[in-house]
Amino acid sequence: MFTHFSAVLLFSLFTSVVFGITQRSEPKMMARFSAFCFVLFVGGTIAASWLMWLIKH
Amino acid sequence: MTTNIQAPEKTSGKKAGIAPSVVLLAGWLVPGLGHLLLGKWVRAALLLVSIVGMFSIGIALEGKIYVPNSGDPLDILGFAGDLGAGALYVLARALDLGHAAVLTAVGDYGTKFIVVSGLLNLVAAVDAHSLASGRKQS
Repeated sequence: MFTHFSAVLLFSLFTSVVFGITQRSEPKMMARFSAFCFVLFVGGTIAASWLMWLIKH
Repeated sequence: MTTNIQAPEKTSGKKAGIAPSVVLLAGWLVPGLGHLLLGKWVRAALLLVSIVGMFSIGIALEGKIYVPNSGDPLDILGFAGDLGAGALYVLARALDLGHAAVLTAVGDYGTKFIVVSGLLNLVAAVDAHSLASGRKQS
């Protein structure tokens, strides 16, 4: 079942992998930067979602 | 006494035999091929899976494939993003995949997936070029 959240997870995953590979040189740093980007993407989306909910209510 | 200690550093990241422009073109045409030519097959595989996966999801979500002559100036930006996917874009146009217009709400997500996969492919191709030219060390 494709939901908004699964779309966010897939988008974040693929984008983070490419960012990690292209923006860092060492494999360990690539993995760390990928994880960092993933958390920022997903966390930012959840934070923005709650913000919109608060504005509405 | 003249010694040039900078010369070895400038070329230390350069891979012999493959021109950076060839690596750039290969990386643009097929996601990950630029890195594969440089022997970085793990990175190549990850890039291939990520970019092709994203493009495929976009197509599956009935995303829009931009064309160059739609008449809308904003569509040109979408076309530039789509074109970044290289052979995937050509394949999608040839096989008539995707849609000419966004028909569903999820289709809008699909359109963004397709555009972003193209942009990511461009980033990956430029990264492969930087590796080949020695600008990026490893």
